[in-house]
Amino acid sequence: MGNKQTIFTHEQLEAYQDCTFFTRKEIMRLFYRYQDLAPQLVPLDYTSCPDVKVPYELIGSMPELKDNPFRQRIAQVFSQAGDGHMTLDDFLDMFSVMSEMAPRDLKAYYAFKIYDFNDDDYICAGDLEQTVTKLTRGELSAEEVSLVCEKVLDEADGDHDGRLSLEDFQNMILRAPDFLSTFHIRI
Amino acid sequence: MSHQLKGLEGEVCRGVRRQARSGSPRAGDTSGRRSARKPTPKAEGPPGRRGAQPSQKEPPRGEPRPGSPRRKPTERTGRRGELRGQERSAAERTSEGRRKGDGRASFKEQRAPPKKEKEALRKEETWKRPRKPRSSSLASGNSGGESLSEEELARILEQVEEKKKLIATMRNKPWPMAKKLTELREAQAFVEKYEGALGKGKGQRLYAYRMLMAKKWIKFKRDFVNFKTQCIPWEMKIKDIESHFGSSVASYFIFLRWMYGVNLVLFGLIFGLVIIPEVLMGMPYGSIPRKTVPRAEEEKAMDFSVLWDFEGYIKYSALFYGYYNNQRTIGWLRYRLPMAYFMVGVSVFGYSLMIVIRSMASNTQGSTSEGENDNFTFSFKMFTSWDYLIGNSETADNKYASITTSFKESIVDEQESNKEENIHLTRFLRVLANFLIICCLCGSGYLIYFVVKRSQEFSKMQNVSWYERNEVEIVMSLLGMFCPPLFETIAALENYHPRIGLKWQLGRIFALFLGNLYTFLLALMDDVHLKLSNEETVKNITHWTLFNYYNSSGWNDSVPRPPLHPADVPRGSCWETAVGIEFMRLTVSDMLVTYITILLGDFLRACFVRFMNYCWCWDLEAGFPSYAEFDISGNVLGLIFNQGMIWMGSFYAPGLVGINVLRLLTSMYFQCWAVMSSNVPHERVFKASRSNNFYMGLLLLVLFLSLLPVAYTIMSLPPSFDCGPFSGKNRMYDVLQETIENDFPTFLGKIFAFLANPGLIIPAILLMFLAIYYLNSVSKSLSRANAQLRKKIQALREVEKSHKSVKGKATARDSEDAPKSNSKNATQLQLTKEETTPHSASQSQTLDKKAQGPVTSSSSSSTLLPAPRHLPGSRSPGSRPDSGQPQSQTHPWRSASGKSAQRPSH
Repeated sequence: MGNKQTIFTHEQLEAYQDCTFFTRKEIMRLFYRYQDLAPQLVPLDYTSCPDVKVPYELIGSMPELKDNPFRQRIAQVFSQAGDGHMTLDDFLDMFSVMSEMAPRDLKAYYAFKIYDFNDDDYICAGDLEQTVTKLTRGELSAEEVSLVCEKVLDEADGDHDGRLSLEDFQNMILRAPDFLSTFHIRI
Repeated sequence: MSHQLKGLEGEVCRGVRRQARSGSPRAGDTSGRRSARKPTPKAEGPPGRRGAQPSQKEPPRGEPRPGSPRRKPTERTGRRGELRGQERSAAERTSEGRRKGDGRASFKEQRAPPKKEKEALRKEETWKRPRKPRSSSLASGNSGGESLSEEELARILEQVEEKKKLIATMRNKPWPMAKKLTELREAQAFVEKYEGALGKGKGQRLYAYRMLMAKKWIKFKRDFVNFKTQCIPWEMKIKDIESHFGSSVASYFIFLRWMYGVNLVLFGLIFGLVIIPEVLMGMPYGSIPRKTVPRAEEEKAMDFSVLWDFEGYIKYSALFYGYYNNQRTIGWLRYRLPMAYFMVGVSVFGYSLMIVIRSMASNTQGSTSEGENDNFTFSFKMFTSWDYLIGNSETADNKYASITTSFKESIVDEQESNKEENIHLTRFLRVLANFLIICCLCGSGYLIYFVVKRSQEFSKMQNVSWYERNEVEIVMSLLGMFCPPLFETIAALENYHPRIGLKWQLGRIFALFLGNLYTFLLALMDDVHLKLSNEETVKNITHWTLFNYYNSSGWNDSVPRPPLHPADVPRGSCWETAVGIEFMRLTVSDMLVTYITILLGDFLRACFVRFMNYCWCWDLEAGFPSYAEFDISGNVLGLIFNQGMIWMGSFYAPGLVGINVLRLLTSMYFQCWAVMSSNVPHERVFKASRSNNFYMGLLLLVLFLSLLPVAYTIMSLPPSFDCGPFSGKNRMYDVLQETIENDFPTFLGKIFAFLANPGLIIPAILLMFLAIYYLNSVSKSLSRANAQLRKKIQALREVEKSHKSVKGKATARDSEDAPKSNSKNATQLQLTKEETTPHSASQSQTLDKKAQGPVTSSSSSSTLLPAPRHLPGSRSPGSRPDSGQPQSQTHPWRSASGKSAQRPSH
């Protein structure tokens, strides 16, 4: 590895390593993945930080994401503008949070944002309904969905305000045995 | 209260300074951004990009965006605004806790609300300070080394440390990358600039040098980590499997990889310290009887069929115990081989125990839940059931289906949780199933015992067929192959919930394997005892032969007789090698059976289903034979028991570990291929995360169980008289005593003898028990305290809520709207003091309100004024800024000292 590549300067790589959970090799791999998504769009020289965005249609078609029911949310949450079009920075951010090394708190924070469909900083009944529908591909009947949402609110809503705040969510997710192993994308 | 005042005073000063600095647009910009950033991300909850103040987040990127369309300030109702206060403090708490890197801060704040405000101020302080030196860089920065007072040094040191901590934890911050990069650059520049200026005279040099070294060390560590991750094999293979089959199947492969690593270490230990020294420096093959194939076996010793049974030349090679000589030292290095053999045997177990326990501990550290998961069934299903690793549409379909089913199941459970079925029938069926399974277990145990007994008879006979020679292995493998499906069929009677059923199934297979293994061991032990009892006669025969040979008449005594050819010397049966060979055969046959099962059961079945489907009367893929699923539990248990055999056998067959390494390597590739080519994802998905430690627990149990027989043979059976490194000794561990007596100084020998005294060992054991008892009670009391704290938090939350619902509604509407819009302006314009101050005041006010609940009911007047309640009468707000302005660089450390004064109170 090392000095052959001219895509990033050494400082850039060091900074990326400081800001993500990745090693140099992984960052390079991620860059190539990113570049592969839109070879004609992404330059092979990032030393001058070009302002390039890869559209969501390409991001969402990555094999890691294409079967994920929440892919659009993921892309929206991690993109700067909230529209799913991602810069390389956003891309690295996304996989850094999704990596194995990311701490539970960080993951919980972004999971909360992903499940918060309407971006109002609360997971309300509507968000829950959307989540269930996405998870089951609409196989549950309307009564079942509403029952499930009611149950979730009943369980996790610590302050009984009819919706989940970030705190409620973290409180709940802290105890989830599977959260760390499932909220994880290997790249 | 005094430090609180100090903090506030610092705040006021800052405000004034900010105003003064706002003359230069750049500084004003950054300061505005910083000061606004601190409260606002909190205020709006997540410091994300959306929310009400996109513009102020954008300046560093230089691409202003219109405000988020989803939220309009005017829509905010009183209820909403009132909730914002709570949300703000909640977010504050959480994000602050995150910043501090542990949950301590958040707990503290919840318990001691009045401190929160102060804490927030202090935080603000720390956020503001770093910028200070830049604005007044001429004063403090360039004159750095010469005229820094003690306090200033302390302050800078503290800042530098803080910055460093920030750099180290940058990746944990939930910020967008651009912001992280900017922050990182600033922090690095700061550290770069100031850490050299610390220390005086010689101390400065030293400090700079230390910093340099620290930097180098960090770089080295990072490179090392880079290197280490590169060395982990099969990452991509496992990733492929993960995306096709979900995390549960991949957990088996990760376990396999881990096992491979452990075995590599064991292999290195045994080969490096035992086999290679013996091969290089020991006596060559054919020099002494134990290293020579006996005359009777010589002609067939190279036949493949013989070698395949690990007889012939392989039996008399360094792969087995019997080959080693009991010479105390070998070669010019005077390497103490018997001692090394013994120590390696012990350290194989020691290392394995250590590594298993360590990985268990690290697994448990990650999980924080303590058995109260039952309260969150639906939430967990909702938020953690999707496996983000899945990257294959078929798996995704299965996952969707399984999630739907599990939701439906839970709903049904919920709705009719107390509906009873025919409980008597269920009970009867369960008892019946257990009875059947116990019968199966007993039967399989007896069968193995019978077969082993028979094989002992076969071994006495000549001309036994291939089947008769390998009967034990074949029977054991067949049992291992057919019993688990049989158990599964029987378990269908029981009608358990799948998860409970799986546990039963695992337990039963474990019992089967364990029973089989131990029956095998007992039978083997019988064999060993038989051989030991025969040993005396063999010994006599050997003596007699040698005696006759040398003293026989008919040889003239002037010429010394050539020594008897080693191949002709009669010798004992060497039970250690026999045990080693048994384990070797068992391992190899186990491996072959596994591969053949995969080939026939999975691959051929898959081929059949795939290709015969074109010309078959029903749909093979969807119907009866279908494709096989990957049997996680069976494979894991197989791997664990195989490892148990390796542990047991490696003392008597040092080459066994080498074979095992090969086995694991091939099975990694073979099983990866098989699973990708011929298996389908599971219909019923079972969780991987918890079971990981479950596997480790089983492994630990097996390790312990395999330690027992080895320890027994070492401690209480006499070694064979004519083979192995311990021949001629009464017990194997005598080699230790011998080494201590001969090679160590006498006083060390005395110490060892003293240590081995029961009078010392028994108290030591007692002491250990006491320590365990003590630690146990400590952990119990800690967990009790934990539970109490949790209860307190819960209670606090309840209290807050009730206050809010009573008080909030009336006052909230008018009181909150005004400062909110005000703060809105402030954050958007972020220029002048008049607007930022009310903002921060209102923030602290809201914090206060949350903290003290009913005591400070928020009124609009108190929020609008810059906190008149807090400002002390003795200090007018004006006087401070005046004095603060000219010597601005002295301020931060004053507030820092205020901060350090606050510290002890925590």
